[in-house]
Amino acid sequence: MKISIPNLSLVVLIGPSGSGKSTFARQHFLPTEVLSSDACRGLVSDDENNQAVTGEAFAVLNFIASQRLALGRLTVIDATNVQAESRKPLVEIARQHHCLPVAIVLNLPERLCEERNQGRSDRNLGPHVVRNHHAQLRRSLRGLSREGFRHVFVLESPEQVTAATVERVPLWNDRRHEHGPFDLIGDLHGCCDELEALLGKLGYERFDLDGVTAGWGTACYRHPAGGKAVFVGDLVDRGPRVLETVGIVHNMVSVGSALCVPGNHDVKLLRKLRGKDVQITHGLANTLAEIDKLPQPLRSAHCRELAAFLDSLVSHYVLDGGGLVVAHAGLKAEMQGRGSGRVRDFALYGETTGETDEFGLPVRFNWAADYRGSALVVYGHTPVPEPEWLNRTVNIDTGCVFGGRLTALRYPEREFVSVPAIRTYCEPARPFLPDGKPADTLTAQQAHDDVLDLDDVLGKRIVSTRLRGQVTIRDAHATAALEVMSRFAANPKWLIYLPPTMSPSETTAEPGLLEHPAEAFNYFRTQGVPQVVCEEKHMGSRAIVIVCQDELAARERFGVTNGETGIVYTRTGRRFFNDPALEAGLLQRVHEALAAAGTWTDLQTSWVCLDCELMPWSAKAQELLKTQYAAVGAAGQAALPQVVASLIDAAARLAGPSRESLEQALTTCQQRHGQIAQFVAAYRHYCWPVVSLADYRLAPFHLLASEGRVHTDQTHSWHMQTLANICHAAPDLLVATPHRLVDVTDQAQVEEAIGWWTDLTGRGGEGMVVKPDHFISRGQRGLVQPAIKCRGREYLRIIYGPDYTASENLSRLRHRGLGHKRSLALGEFALGIEGLERFVRHEPLRRVHECVFGVLALESEPVDPRL
Amino acid sequence: MLLTISTTHRPAADLGRLLHKHPERFQTFELSFGKAHVYYPEVTAERCSACLLLEVDSVGLVRNRNPDQGFVLAQYVNDRPYAASSFLSVAIAQVFGSALQGRCKDRPELVTTAIPLAARVDVLPVRGGEQFLHRVFEPLGYQVEAARAPLDERFPEWGASPYFAVTVRKTTTLSELLTHLYVLVPVFDNCKHYWVGDAEMEKLLARGEGWLASHPEKEEITRRYLRYQPSLIRMSLARLVEEEEEGAGTADGEQPTVEPELGLEQPISLNEQRVGAVLAALRASGARRVLDLGCGEGKLLRELMRDRQFEQIVGMDVSIRTLEIAQRRLKVDRLSPAQANRLELIHGSLMYRDRRLEGFDAAAVVEVVEHLDPPRLSAFERVLFEFAKPRVVVLTTPNREYNACWDTLPAGSFRHPDHRFEWTRGEFQDWASGLADRFGYAVRFLAVGPEHPDLGSPTQLGVFTRPS
Repeated sequence: MKISIPNLSLVVLIGPSGSGKSTFARQHFLPTEVLSSDACRGLVSDDENNQAVTGEAFAVLNFIASQRLALGRLTVIDATNVQAESRKPLVEIARQHHCLPVAIVLNLPERLCEERNQGRSDRNLGPHVVRNHHAQLRRSLRGLSREGFRHVFVLESPEQVTAATVERVPLWNDRRHEHGPFDLIGDLHGCCDELEALLGKLGYERFDLDGVTAGWGTACYRHPAGGKAVFVGDLVDRGPRVLETVGIVHNMVSVGSALCVPGNHDVKLLRKLRGKDVQITHGLANTLAEIDKLPQPLRSAHCRELAAFLDSLVSHYVLDGGGLVVAHAGLKAEMQGRGSGRVRDFALYGETTGETDEFGLPVRFNWAADYRGSALVVYGHTPVPEPEWLNRTVNIDTGCVFGGRLTALRYPEREFVSVPAIRTYCEPARPFLPDGKPADTLTAQQAHDDVLDLDDVLGKRIVSTRLRGQVTIRDAHATAALEVMSRFAANPKWLIYLPPTMSPSETTAEPGLLEHPAEAFNYFRTQGVPQVVCEEKHMGSRAIVIVCQDELAARERFGVTNGETGIVYTRTGRRFFNDPALEAGLLQRVHEALAAAGTWTDLQTSWVCLDCELMPWSAKAQELLKTQYAAVGAAGQAALPQVVASLIDAAARLAGPSRESLEQALTTCQQRHGQIAQFVAAYRHYCWPVVSLADYRLAPFHLLASEGRVHTDQTHSWHMQTLANICHAAPDLLVATPHRLVDVTDQAQVEEAIGWWTDLTGRGGEGMVVKPDHFISRGQRGLVQPAIKCRGREYLRIIYGPDYTASENLSRLRHRGLGHKRSLALGEFALGIEGLERFVRHEPLRRVHECVFGVLALESEPVDPRL
Repeated sequence: MLLTISTTHRPAADLGRLLHKHPERFQTFELSFGKAHVYYPEVTAERCSACLLLEVDSVGLVRNRNPDQGFVLAQYVNDRPYAASSFLSVAIAQVFGSALQGRCKDRPELVTTAIPLAARVDVLPVRGGEQFLHRVFEPLGYQVEAARAPLDERFPEWGASPYFAVTVRKTTTLSELLTHLYVLVPVFDNCKHYWVGDAEMEKLLARGEGWLASHPEKEEITRRYLRYQPSLIRMSLARLVEEEEEGAGTADGEQPTVEPELGLEQPISLNEQRVGAVLAALRASGARRVLDLGCGEGKLLRELMRDRQFEQIVGMDVSIRTLEIAQRRLKVDRLSPAQANRLELIHGSLMYRDRRLEGFDAAAVVEVVEHLDPPRLSAFERVLFEFAKPRVVVLTTPNREYNACWDTLPAGSFRHPDHRFEWTRGEFQDWASGLADRFGYAVRFLAVGPEHPDLGSPTQLGVFTRPS
């Protein structure tokens, strides 16, 4: 016997003890696919034959079965299963996971089972047990399909068991091997004129089909390049040319140039054709009238054909390797590729909340709002004015029969092609075309994105990034990020990027220094990077600047509707300016500079995202400066002169070894007196009073993204050059970053760059950042650090303390590990770029937010903040 | 960090005997946090001065300690090497131990003799200003001289530093002077005690025996000792909010000890009245399963727990730290299983849709909305009224008009630095009515607290009800 079972099914073996279930399972299934009740008895009690733990063993078995089916794994239950009540929970589990329960019955002669049992040393079941099993099995056999088993196979003899083969067949909805291209076409409702026009517009060629029965007509279409049309159902009712519409679809399906899923109208027509009592409402009368016009005997013949065709339609399709799902009313992720009555119902009707709206129509449950699946779901069913994307789902029913349009989605291009309805064929019960769309409405996705879901950020999370694979966010760090994000961060719609942390260069052995450019160049050279860009590191506060061309761009691209046209935010996502006028003024100046430099047109964009340093440091870090830096300076400058004076006084009184050790202490204190002055000088460099916009300086160093593009495909030289042009247009505010390109294999260039750094830091500069010229570089062990900072000696005083240059301190400070910092830097970099790429691809906000949130969470990881 | 002790007592050399340190030597002592030196810059017939100089090794402190502490940026760049702190107390105990305990083998009568003494600390950080300095030392009979150092001469607009050069004078025993310094120096410094261990703190407090109990500032003095409790979560939070202005308050332990709005509102026990009014509204609604969104430290939760009407109580707050306090205050660990089953504390945010909040009868949102940025209110509205949609929402917020009744509150400022706005009655009612309209709720308003004829009550309350 050939046992054909669906790829994803719950196979329930049924047979008395000794009937050979385990042997059968071993022969036909993977060991991991088979869940044996005896093994579960062993798992919970160390004894596979312990009948006292049946309840616990089956709890384990059912739990594992449930997990496997949720993951889409075929599962085999190896237990006697001879009683209806023991099969019932299994059928229920299969139903929960929308897969088919299959029964394979080993109904072998009682005597044979008994003999086998007696031959087993580990089990001693009396003959009454097998007898009972048989009796129960006999009573069960007829009712199996009523219990819910969709396929029942009964093997009656050892010969049949030996001869049996198991074949796994894909479900009808499984068309993963078809990769398109596809043209997905919305609800037709007999709008044949529009269908013909649309197929023409999509490039399909019409031809006459021979050999079909008369009722279908001969009209057929195919795409010369081999694409397929996919109809989302509701071919019939309401419209003017129902039968011709169905004819074209039927013919295209029959020649393989189209696929079609059924809609609720199609199924209702099928019921009518089969003689069921259905209400002649919602345009069914139109269809029936057309049928009635057919002359007999064609009418009867065609009704049979029509019913057979509609009956053959599969409730949904999974296409393109699982990346595309088509169903009339959409389909939840957990139902895709599965087959059950509930899956079919959902695909046809969707879910309703049980309420009705003011037009008396059922209120639909917005399954798409909760959709988190990875496949793109294309559906129709409910007419909408515009095809609407929401969480990787799209409704393409633009209400042609109601006077809207007939829309096709081209896949994989994801472009819409549509033709307008020639006229309104039917008045909708609920108006779906507003009298002119109000200008400030958001797309469905943007409106949905007003509220993010906690489930999308909290807890341990693993974010897939293009640059670095999976980045893990730990629970505790997500918790810290949630508080900061909720209490301080700006509107998440603006937060498309947070900057990564940056590692310093390896610690140098140069006397008096912790960091030196030689190590940075050496790092990139050993990573195989030939050219690096050295950029002066500005000392201010990191600022992300987003500028939109106008309010319209802010609304369309960011879904921001309160009149803002951009934002300046900090590395933790917090709005930089408390004064909206100041922020607006700064954005306006940047906007003008972008216009003057021609950036809007060069990049063909209505928005840009810039990575910048905003100066002075004292503007944002005022509190830190006062409570920390200035305070330490004040304390030191108040303390040390007194200490030195008292030591000098005491020195005059002492002699001998006491005087010697005192003078040692005196020297140290005098040095420290000098160092505290250097410390104060160091932080003062980055402070100046800020009264108005004129006192700010903004130094952009990455032109991160604009419409359609994340500019990581450009070199840093390009970024520097492009940004310099913009900066020249507003020299009072924007600062072009001094930089130089260095060939790290040319020692002369390296020396020159070191000289440049020495000079720069000697004049009070913070230091420089060294980046591989290519924004994204890969070395032998994966992603190379996107940037390495190399800070100057005096700057590091405000990081490591006024006295860090003292040799006893420096020798200890040199022991610092960069590993964790560098791994964080790469993780955050990958997340940051991933967020931008998702935004540029118009992905839902939660997908962008996940990355931004991840950067913030990683930033809360404990790592030495001085690095 | 320098402590100078001087006396005009004769013979001057007695000071050396009392301190057990020879005036003609320069002595160095190794301490856990660095080194201490003792020397005498002045020994004349009229006057004798002894110096205790601490060299705090801040690098060593960071490197040798609990690695978790090493992540606070402040640790290398800090005032410890220059300013008087609990390190000075530790040094006094270790270097001047005998003097502190009043022992002197050679001249036992000396230790009980009051002599004219002066102690000078060049850099004493005083949180609470010069007044506090006087309030602490003067009741103990000291004359106090203090001069404040500027923060940075280049930027006078930054204001003065917290550091004072302080000299205190009194005719007393050396032992008493050292005891007072030993206990009080860390009190002025406040909130940095984590530099010394818990055991040290207890020793410090024990030294207060005999005089602290009658000191008028005893509460403030002990409170400052017990305040600082490091929390790992708070540290990880601090890593995020370091540079942020307002955020700093919650992160570095410098937050005002009394919630500022509480200070204003206390005389009328507004908080109690508010909790009462919210409870009344929740009871009236017949709710059995209730949410306290933004539950803070659990004042309302405690009352809800006392009423059997409420069968399931969930308190949510965005601050983990606050939830920890609530957990402690409500003694969650010690509740009977039946009581514990009624209560759940969850960490969450009103900015995100949260399925855990669905299916409740009522939600209390007490003094929360004014902490949300106005552009984020729409997210809050949808999270609560569209998704969680309890049958009843009881929401309170300050009435800005009433602020005029408080003389201490400068015109135009808010009751709490974290308030992003405060509404007039009109503004609140407009917002609430619009909200109710959009989400299918009815709303009624109540005044909470004493009513002013023109300005209304300090708190306004809205009860939103969804027809079932």
